[in-house]
Amino acid sequence: MKSLFKLTVIEMKLYLREPMATFFTLIFAPMLLLLFGFIYGNEPTPFFGGRGFVDSQLPAYIALIIVTVGLMSVPIATSEDREKGILRRFHSTPASPAIYLFANIFTYFIMSLMGVTLLFLVGRFVFHVKFEGNIFSILAGFTICALSFFSFGYLIASLAPTARTAQIIGMVIAFPMMFLSGAGMPLEVLPERVTNISKFLPLYYVVTFMKGLWAGNSWAEHWLEIIVILGLLVVGAAISTKTFRWE
Amino acid sequence: MSEAVVEVKNLCKSYGKIKAVDDISFEVSSGEIFGLVGPNGAGKTTAIECIEGMRKSDSGNLKVLGLNPLKNGRRLRHYIGIQLQQSELPARLKVWEAIDLFSSFYQKNIESSSLLNDLGLEDKKSSYFDKLSGGQKQRLFIALALLNNPDLIFLDELTTGLDPQARRTTWDLITGIREKGKTIFLTTHYMEEAERLCDRVAIMDHGKIMALDTPQNLIRNIKIETRLIFNVIGDFPLDTLNGIKSISKYEKSGDKIIVYGHDKKMVKDTVNFLVNNNIDFHDLKTEQATLEDVFLTLTGKEIRN
Repeated sequence: MKSLFKLTVIEMKLYLREPMATFFTLIFAPMLLLLFGFIYGNEPTPFFGGRGFVDSQLPAYIALIIVTVGLMSVPIATSEDREKGILRRFHSTPASPAIYLFANIFTYFIMSLMGVTLLFLVGRFVFHVKFEGNIFSILAGFTICALSFFSFGYLIASLAPTARTAQIIGMVIAFPMMFLSGAGMPLEVLPERVTNISKFLPLYYVVTFMKGLWAGNSWAEHWLEIIVILGLLVVGAAISTKTFRWE
Repeated sequence: MSEAVVEVKNLCKSYGKIKAVDDISFEVSSGEIFGLVGPNGAGKTTAIECIEGMRKSDSGNLKVLGLNPLKNGRRLRHYIGIQLQQSELPARLKVWEAIDLFSSFYQKNIESSSLLNDLGLEDKKSSYFDKLSGGQKQRLFIALALLNNPDLIFLDELTTGLDPQARRTTWDLITGIREKGKTIFLTTHYMEEAERLCDRVAIMDHGKIMALDTPQNLIRNIKIETRLIFNVIGDFPLDTLNGIKSISKYEKSGDKIIVYGHDKKMVKDTVNFLVNNNIDFHDLKTEQATLEDVFLTLTGKEIRN
C-alpha cells in the first residue's frame, strides 16, 4: 500500500512536470472554451436547442480532455517507460506490476478530473454556464468514459512496437476523431454527411453522453452510448492485458 | 569453500536459431566477486538475466539463495539487488524521489542518507535524473540495488560508457561493498576491470564458458612469459645471462634489455644477478600476461572494447 501511494504521488508530480501533458490535459479545453465562448457568447439560441454555446459545448470539451489523455498521454508515456527500460527497472524489484498500472491509471484519472474542474470553473465564472444535470451522474458517466479511453490508450501502447509509433498512432486516431465527433467543433454545426461518419467514432458517443447527462438526461436515455463505451473498455482492457509487454 | 549462493546447471537460452547461452554451469560462493567476462554478444547479459529471474531460460537448473529465480522471483528480489545493463528512470524524477520510491518496494531498507553519502550523491538529491552525468546515474542505480541491504548483488556492465575516472571510482565502490560481506555477480567486457575486481572469472564466448578460475590462475595457465625490461649504462656482457636458468630467452635493443621467463624466480634471479655483478641498471619494469592475453589465447581473437 505504501509503495502504491508513493508511486501514485510520484506519477502525478511527473505528469505535472511534463509541459505538453499539462497543457493538453489542464489548459487546452478551458482555453478553447474561453476562445469560442468570447466569439459566440452564451446567449440562448434555438441553434443549440434553446441553450447558449457554452452551455451546449462545455460537456463536449470534457470528451476533448478524455481523448487527449487517453490517446496521447497514455500510449506515449507507457511506451516510453517501456522503451527506456523504466518498466524493467520496476520489474527488477519485488513491486507488483499491478501497482504501476494502478498508479498510472489513477493519475490519468485525477489529471483528467482536474482538467474538467478547471473547464467547469471557467464556464461558471466567465460565462455563468447552466448545469441542469446531477453531479454524481455526470461524474460516474465521466469515469466510465475516461477508463474506456484509457484502455484504448493501453491497447495502442501494447500493440505499437516503439514509443514513436505509439505517439503517431495515438495522434492519427485522436485528431480526426476530435473534429469529427463534436468534441472540437459543435455537432450542431457539422453537416449530416459528417455526422453520419461521426456515428462510427467512439468519441461521438462520449460527446453525446456527456451532453445528455449535462442537460439532465437519465442513463436509460443513453443506452447506446453506454454499450459502445463499455464495449470499448472491455475490448481495450482484454487485449491490452493479454498483449502488454514489460520490455 | 563457503556455501554457494548461486548454482547454475546446464543453463540454455536461444533466440530463434541463435544459442545465446549454450549449456553453462557454475557456482558463485558467498562473499566473492564473480565475473562473467567476454565480448559484446557473448551471452553474458542473457545469462545474468536468467539467473536474476528477469528472463525465462529454455532449460537448466537455477538456484539463487536457495530459491528458483523464476518461480520465487518476487520473494527472491527482497534479498538481491539488481543493476540492469540498460535501464533508465523517468527524466523528471529527482534522486531523492527515486530512493524514496524504491525503498517503499522492500520490507527492510538501509538508511538512505548514508547510502547517498557513500555514493557521493548527497548534493545531487534534488537533481532530476536526466541532469545527472553518466557516472552519477550509474551510482544512483548502484544505490537502488543496495537499498534493501541485499546479500547478493547483480551488476550488469556497470562501467560501460563511463570515463576512466568514473570507472575507477566505481571500482572502489564495488570493493567497498564486498568488504561489507556481500556477494557480487558482475558482467563486464573490460578485461582490466575483471582482473582488478574479480576473485574468480568465467570467460564467455558464443554462449559457452571457455574457462573459469581466479584471474591469476587463468593467466598462469596460458603460459605466456613474464617480461623483465631494464636499461643498462655502458657495456653489458649479454651472454653472462646464459648462466641464469630461469631465463628462457633475452634480447637487446640499444640500451634496453628484455628478458623472458615463465618461472616466478626469473625476476628475482635477474635482479640479484645485476646487483651482485654491480651492473648499473635503471627503468626496470616487468610485464605480465593479462586477462586480455588469456582471452586471446582461448578464443584466438582480441576482445574489442
